[in-house]
Amino acid sequence: MSRALAELGEFTRLVGEAIVSLRRQRPTWSEWIHQLYLIGVKSQSVVITTGAATGMVLCAQTFIQFHKVKMDTATGAVVSVGMCSELGPTLAALMLTARVGASMAAELGTMKVTEQVDALRTLATHPVDYLVVPRFLASLLAAPLLTAEAVLVGILASWLVGVHLLGIDSAYYLANMNKHTDPQDVIVGLIKATYFGGMIAMISCFKGLNCVGGAEGVGRATTEAVVACSITVLVSNFFLTLLLNAIFSH
Amino acid sequence: MEVADVHKRFGPQPVLRGTSFLIQAGEAVVIIGRSGGGKSILLKHLVGLLLPDSGQVRVFEQDLATMGERELLKVRRRFGMLFQMAALFDSLTVYENVGFVLRRERKHTEGEIRRLVAEALEMVDLPGIEHKMPSELSGGMRKRVGLARAIVYRPEIILYDEPTTGLDPIAASVIDALIRRVWRHLHVTSIAVTHDMKSARAISDRVLMLHEGCIYAQGSTAELLESTDPIISDFVNGVDNELAPDKTP
Ligand SMILES: Nc1ncnc2c1ncn2[C@@H]1O[C@H](COP(=O)(O)OP(=O)(O)O)[C@@H](O)[C@H]1O
Ligand SMILES: [Mg+2]
Repeated sequence: MSRALAELGEFTRLVGEAIVSLRRQRPTWSEWIHQLYLIGVKSQSVVITTGAATGMVLCAQTFIQFHKVKMDTATGAVVSVGMCSELGPTLAALMLTARVGASMAAELGTMKVTEQVDALRTLATHPVDYLVVPRFLASLLAAPLLTAEAVLVGILASWLVGVHLLGIDSAYYLANMNKHTDPQDVIVGLIKATYFGGMIAMISCFKGLNCVGGAEGVGRATTEAVVACSITVLVSNFFLTLLLNAIFSH
Repeated sequence: MEVADVHKRFGPQPVLRGTSFLIQAGEAVVIIGRSGGGKSILLKHLVGLLLPDSGQVRVFEQDLATMGERELLKVRRRFGMLFQMAALFDSLTVYENVGFVLRRERKHTEGEIRRLVAEALEMVDLPGIEHKMPSELSGGMRKRVGLARAIVYRPEIILYDEPTTGLDPIAASVIDALIRRVWRHLHVTSIAVTHDMKSARAISDRVLMLHEGCIYAQGSTAELLESTDPIISDFVNGVDNELAPDKTP
């Protein structure tokens, strides 16, 4: 318990240092672009597949249940609202955790155990400036974009399944979807995604930079990063839903 | 540079137990001691990569323990360090590695940096390998690139962590010669830790011996390596007391 608290304190210090760095140092833009490419462009296939698969299964399941009470055309609305505010951000964040969080923790962990982080410090460069901030900013921007992409692909896939496979009337499907999806559902989803993106980068960098021991330590840091990110995403999603709902229903 | 009564422990295990010594500007010093004896740890204290649990490290008239990490960065700019495994950034080319500090400082044009990097690589006898990746280099070459990276921005003090460990005898003597050359031509203070006696002879004027977390002895290289003190001569000649035949039960 005290170890967990100490770790939380260390993590807060890292976040504080990142804020100091953002306010005082010019970010390393070349690194930022490189990270944006690694996070954003290279995650395309994973995010598209996940988005499509989720949209399809959500559509099918909702239809099967709603068909019993003759509400077939409401399927699109459920899929759309669910994807925008809950499933899109959460699934994209979990995919980012697996793809990006793991590799950040492993890369920084390797740099730590091979003394590259110490080398950086002797070369008058703060690891937070050079390693953490570019990853944080790239992830912060990439996460909502990837989420939007997953949501759009999911809705498109659900429309294909709903209309062409399950035989729902296309016009009603789209009309109900439009009627019940509020702009705030989309905004809530994007706010969540941004938060998840920032947290995934910070947690993974933290685990990497605090890695000790050789190859085994890197493995441990990677696993811990994935577990910590996943739990953070799923648990904070619940609280964010409550919080954002309270804010937007005013 | 002054190290005064530095203590450092990791968990229950004390590594440095009251280490004290003085090093003057321009000296060429070697710190010898057994593997796992805390030599790397000691070296990291000299640049503030680690801070002591108690005691002081004073460099350039400043106490490192009282400084924050961002202030320490400025002090470290006056140091060069060659790590045991060279610690080259493996995602960057040799050119980007060697020019790292200069490119981040933005005080020089790209053309000047190219010239300075080429000069530094020339100094370590590896001209024209700017475009290579660290993974394409042998262990000895990596160390030389690491040395080029440490000297390119003209530091005042250069620290070497076991510069010859893990190299074949020829590559090792090349490194020794380079360390001597850098010390002579760039007028730096040279501080190396090693357990390689041949290397110690080649690169230092003065030797400090780290034993059980303290400086056990110090003196000119010739004097110390010829010492008849049992602890020193056993170390220098590679005799292990615990395994000596008359002590086995
Ligand atoms: N980060 C660390 N955490 C715990 N123990 C460490 C750490 N770094 C070094 N040690 C311990 O400190 C001792 C000295 O290490 P080191 O300075 O690397 O020895 P060497 O003289 O071979 O360079 C070793 O016994 C090692 O186990
Ligand atoms: Mg060592």
